[in-house]
Amino acid sequence: MPGWLIWMLALLGIVRRGVPDDEEHEQVVEPGDPSPRAELVVIALLLLAALAAAAFVVFYGVGFSTQVLGGTLGGALALIAAALIVASRTLIVTEELPEEYPEPHEEAQEEVAAIVRQSGSRITRKRLLGVAAGTAAGTLGVAFAAPAVSLGPLFDTDPLRVTPWRRGRRLVDEQGVPLGADDISTEAFYTAYPEGASRDELGSPLVVVRVDPSDLRLPPGRKGWAPEGILAFSKICTHAGCAVALYRKPLFPEAEPKPALVCPCHYSTFDPAQGAKVLFGPAGRPLPQLPLTIDGQRNLRAAGNYSGNIGPAWSGVRSDPPTN
Amino acid sequence: MLTTRRKDPLRDPVRFIDERTGAAPFLKGVLRYLFPDHWSFLLGEVALYAFVVLVATGVYLTFFFHPSFAETVYTGPYAPLQGRTMSEAYKSVVDISFSVDAGLLIRQTHHWAADVFVAAIVIHLVRVFFTGAFRRPREVTYLIGITMLGVSLVEGYLGYSLVDDLLSGMGLAIGYSAVLSIPIIGGPVGLLLWGAPYPGDPSFESRMFIAHVLLIPAVLAVLLTVHLVLVASRHHTQFRGRLGQTQRRLVGVPTFPGQTPRSLGLMSAVAALLFTLGGLVQINPIWLWGPYETALGTNGAQPDWYLGWLIGGLRLMPGFDVTIGSYTLVPNPFWGGLLFPTVVFLVLMAFPWIERRVTGDRRRHNLLDRPRDAPGRTAFGVAFFAWVALVFIAGGVDRSTVFFGLSYTAQVWVFRGLVWLLPILLFLVVRRWCRALQAAEKIEEIQEQAEAEARVAAD
Repeated sequence: MPGWLIWMLALLGIVRRGVPDDEEHEQVVEPGDPSPRAELVVIALLLLAALAAAAFVVFYGVGFSTQVLGGTLGGALALIAAALIVASRTLIVTEELPEEYPEPHEEAQEEVAAIVRQSGSRITRKRLLGVAAGTAAGTLGVAFAAPAVSLGPLFDTDPLRVTPWRRGRRLVDEQGVPLGADDISTEAFYTAYPEGASRDELGSPLVVVRVDPSDLRLPPGRKGWAPEGILAFSKICTHAGCAVALYRKPLFPEAEPKPALVCPCHYSTFDPAQGAKVLFGPAGRPLPQLPLTIDGQRNLRAAGNYSGNIGPAWSGVRSDPPTN
Repeated sequence: MLTTRRKDPLRDPVRFIDERTGAAPFLKGVLRYLFPDHWSFLLGEVALYAFVVLVATGVYLTFFFHPSFAETVYTGPYAPLQGRTMSEAYKSVVDISFSVDAGLLIRQTHHWAADVFVAAIVIHLVRVFFTGAFRRPREVTYLIGITMLGVSLVEGYLGYSLVDDLLSGMGLAIGYSAVLSIPIIGGPVGLLLWGAPYPGDPSFESRMFIAHVLLIPAVLAVLLTVHLVLVASRHHTQFRGRLGQTQRRLVGVPTFPGQTPRSLGLMSAVAALLFTLGGLVQINPIWLWGPYETALGTNGAQPDWYLGWLIGGLRLMPGFDVTIGSYTLVPNPFWGGLLFPTVVFLVLMAFPWIERRVTGDRRRHNLLDRPRDAPGRTAFGVAFFAWVALVFIAGGVDRSTVFFGLSYTAQVWVFRGLVWLLPILLFLVVRRWCRALQAAEKIEEIQEQAEAEARVAAD
């Protein structure tokens, strides 16, 4: 037979080229019984997996929905998992073999210690050398770490006290329209921002509510901060910095008779009539109050900065007042 | 017939590799490494395969994600957000979800994989803990495992924080508050990390991004490698069994052929689960939360499950800051948001040494305990995990308020008590239970022995 023909037939798998048997090697893997049926099952599962994977490619090309894509890709993987699991239970020799656990290498341990110990025979000032090397390494470490200071201000917490509110600044709503005293009803709460300032800062957003002036029990020193019972507080919870986005109107008069401002993150609950005193929850400070005035056009304006620092607390949050 | 040089399709490539690398003995060792046959040994592998899916899907997502707080206006196909001002970061994730073919599948698979990854680590930890697998000579393997759990929590948190949707913003505000609450140095540290008061310097997004896609994954990959190398070098632990397992003699299935299809099957099954979840079960629908603005908050968006215990810790604290005069020493979020997880991790890390101190057992252990074999450890473990689990459940009481109408305040008060009382009760009950199981076994043993002796005497 000509050589090329044998090659062709070999490629087609009709003629098998000799492969040496493993006769010369001892048996290392226990032989098992064949199970042709299981083989067919595994082959079928693998072909189905190929089909599902091909379907994924087609559906991806056509632009099918996420559900179809996930179903076909997940399905292909699940079929391969099934094929492997069937194979491992029926086709693969699974022997349980014994083996000794590794023991510590006593001799090598000794030797390592001896090598290090004996290598220092020329050195007399071990401790001093050690201290010098440690100092050099430590200082170099500090030098490498030093540029990290550029990440932000160092030991200067003043930026945390800055707010955009100052005497005379108008309150505007989400659309930038000035908030009028007559827009504020007792049945809802309003979010307000400083006119002409960034809204992203924690110090910007206010929550504005109106209560009956006779219910007001503000802390001393806040006389006139709530004209006509209109109160403004920082909208940022003093606990963990979330926006105080819930207003509890009395749903269960017996248990919760008064309206309260509630943070949706950890349910710190504040009483607006008492200057946002903490009624419940983890907040450690009341919401800072912003003094208000009503101007000639009946618009709301700030009468100064907040009663305390806004946002989550840091050591020193009570030490200095807020600034601009 | 043909008389060409006979080729051996297996031996020849092995010769090629061995001559050039000397790896044949190593390969033989790998193929014949023994895996004890027990289902609970697959839990760590589930985590490993979830990590593989995380890396693969994560790399794909970086091709489309813009880590930038710069403002832009959405004009894509999702109508409710059209014309809305948002950050480049948020817009690119909305685009991945709606405009990139298969983008939503990969994004949701990535998110599901993160949840499954942490869950698998936690269950793996529970198995290791209650069987005493952490004992000498495997304490370092265990320490690395705990470290990986902690690092994974940070990694997952950064992952959903990058998106700059409302959930991200709220989560970051809470993280910022936790950092600020570190006594004395919190303010400066927070400003250093964020670069400016919250929401921080525009570069903060790049800082999170590089941490999420490079620094922390690299740390995880190194820890993972060391963890696996150490497992293999000390060999797996095993349960006592009928195959002559002892402290010195390991019985198991070799990597090849026995374990390989099982392990690959598990990998395919994990990937199948994750892609099916990613395709069929919605997770973190950021287009519903909308872009983050400081003035917005919602209770509808809940963070990933593995942060629930921190939310619980923050919620359960009564409202006070520790102050000295007008100086605030310890702001409130410190207790639940930082001290609580630090204590949990320190106790877990120190446990092998604590146990050694208490029991005086300094021997090497290759055989695993059943929970009943170590009543003290089991009782402590149940109490400890129950403590964390109760705080975790307390993190979800707002949901039971929304769904079942239970009073939020009352539930918080109940949990404030339960969190401390139930673990003590569980400790006593579980220790008793373990001892009773042990005693029952001993009685059975004595009876069997007596019967055997009686039979011998009768003969």
